[in-house]
Amino acid sequence: MKILVCISNVPDTTSKINFTDGDTKFDTNGVQFVINPNDEFGLTRAMWFKEKQGATVHVASVGGPSAEPTIRKALAIGADEAIRVNAEPTDGFFVAQQLAEVVKNGSYDLIIAGRESIDYNGGMVPGMLATLLNMNFVNTCINLEIDGNDVTAVREIDGGKEKIGTTLPLVIGGQKGLVEESDLRIPNMRGIMMARKKVLTVVEPIEATIATTDVKFEQPAPKGAVKLVDADNVGELVNLLHNEAKVI
Amino acid sequence: MSVLVYTESDNGKFKKNAFEVASYASEVARQMGTTATAISINANDNESLGLYGISKVLNVANDQLNVFNAKAYAHTIAQASNKEEAKVIIISSSSDTKFLAPILAAKLEAGYIANVVAAPESTSPFIVKRTVFSNKGFAHSQINTEIKVIGVSNNSFGLVENNTSANIEDFSPSLDDTAFSIKSLEIDKVVGKATIADSEIVVSGGRGLKGPENWGMIEELAEVLGAATACSKPVSDMGWRPHSEHVGQTGKPVASNLYIAIGISGAIQHLAGVSSSKTKVVINTDPEAPFFKAADYGIVGDAFEVVPKLIEKLKEFKAQNA
Ligand SMILES: Cc1cc2nc3c(=O)[nH]c(=O)nc-3n(C[C@H](O)[C@H](O)[C@H](O)COP(=O)(O)OP(=O)(O)OC[C@H]3O[C@@H](n4cnc5c(N)ncnc54)[C@H](O)[C@@H]3O)c2cc1C
Ligand SMILES: Nc1ncnc2c1ncn2[C@@H]1O[C@H](COP(=O)(O)O)[C@@H](O)[C@H]1O
Repeated sequence: MKILVCISNVPDTTSKINFTDGDTKFDTNGVQFVINPNDEFGLTRAMWFKEKQGATVHVASVGGPSAEPTIRKALAIGADEAIRVNAEPTDGFFVAQQLAEVVKNGSYDLIIAGRESIDYNGGMVPGMLATLLNMNFVNTCINLEIDGNDVTAVREIDGGKEKIGTTLPLVIGGQKGLVEESDLRIPNMRGIMMARKKVLTVVEPIEATIATTDVKFEQPAPKGAVKLVDADNVGELVNLLHNEAKVI
Repeated sequence: MSVLVYTESDNGKFKKNAFEVASYASEVARQMGTTATAISINANDNESLGLYGISKVLNVANDQLNVFNAKAYAHTIAQASNKEEAKVIIISSSSDTKFLAPILAAKLEAGYIANVVAAPESTSPFIVKRTVFSNKGFAHSQINTEIKVIGVSNNSFGLVENNTSANIEDFSPSLDDTAFSIKSLEIDKVVGKATIADSEIVVSGGRGLKGPENWGMIEELAEVLGAATACSKPVSDMGWRPHSEHVGQTGKPVASNLYIAIGISGAIQHLAGVSSSKTKVVINTDPEAPFFKAADYGIVGDAFEVVPKLIEKLKEFKAQNA
């Protein structure tokens, strides 16, 4: 089985978000970039398929040279090879078209992407990719088992979960649950050394539609101070929620 | 050239978000000088959409679609869109809709913007405001394609009444086997209990509650309020609560009217996922807990004393206002 894990290079979850150039660009100054958390769960599940079922695991990322440390981290965690499509990932449909080209050229059986990337939260790349490639697609995937060509997956739904049966080739939008938090791996020295020698192919983007453009960004309005209620006067909270906030 | 809106139902009944997206679609139609058409799948009460400005409903009655199937639903909506020559398609942010949306958009070669929080600021060019960076910012995004798909955030636009009489028309999509290449084997879903996605109130517990055995009071508080229960990430990582209750940047987003955080410190990853809730309440022993900076109301105190009192006061309030 040949697996492609799609990696989005995103600001660390603790990052403060600022904008620059007259609020038309995300300010990357001082921001630490990491593997998108949903993709890290997917990559870790891919390592399981590699170790237990002999799968080959490649990772792909659409991004400029600044994405390479994140790609190298994925190699250090254990992916065999990496592909970087040399383009700014400004729009989900554009990224999906680029990744579709990577998949066609690499004939992968399973594409693991994340439910959403935590930067632009589009939640669209995996579904678009599956549709462009005419592959099966399971979103918000929290468990994935593969036996030959047969797939059993579990997806999270509002208020519960759903077990799904399908076949390869498949694209998933994965998230926590694919593996547990405690299964995530911190690359060790040996992994980091090996990652330096692994193949990282840079390909140029194909011509593709840019369906959407962000014209301007905005910070959330500053929040007013919290209103404190005395712990001995809980009735006052009920009163405020009813009469002031009007939420009960 | 109407605006098409997918109005989601569950067991024949429209979900609340169906009326919200219908309201949104009517507003877009008004801005574009056209009408709003809904597509509903196995819903019983299509007339009710008229109240929110829908003048035509394409009613799909098809047993193959009784269980949600993202591809088959996306194909159905795409065919309805072609029939109506829709230029704008409005959908919700439920997990089912977020599943079908990219399939629909790719099929129609449409630009898709999710997490939209307001009516379009302009329809030519088409620009909408959406949340980005897990609610830590907003983007004003332009859609460049001829057909546009807009995913409206839960509880962001609200319900706007605009009484119209809705014409119901039957619509039969043509669906072949390839639309059903994903099979639902089993659904395990709590019934009769509010879910995080469509509750107006969410009650959430963190590590400050010490252990799963202490969740009785959280559930009781939720029950009094008709709320859904949620939790912080470590609580689900430790198995105190199911993963599906984990909210935050890497969990489920919460966009309720009222979010009550009990024994939750308010880490940035937690706040990112819950900050679009309208009113936030924190109960925490530590006055320095970061959640106090993000909340509207707070009580510095021990959850084991405050929560039972709150339940009691709410019961009194309910009795008086019943
Ligand atoms: C990549 C990444 C992603 C993450 N994503 C998420 C996410 O999506 N959601 C999420 O929640 N977290 C997430 N986290 C974890 C986050 O950083 C915090 O660790 C977590 O939110 C803390 O959970 P907590 O508030 O329940 O626990 P703690 O931080 O331990 O806080 C417990 C709180 O309870 C209070 N307390 C103690 N006793 C009582 C009492 N008797 N009564 C009242 N209060 C009491 C304490 O004062 C304290 O403030 C993520 C972390 C990382 C690194
Ligand atoms: N630039 C990118 N390069 C590779 N994969 C990406 C990129 N952007 C998004 N993805 C994948 O698509 C998933 C969903 O992202 P999004 O649609 O942007 O929310 C991510 O979790 C990644 O797996």
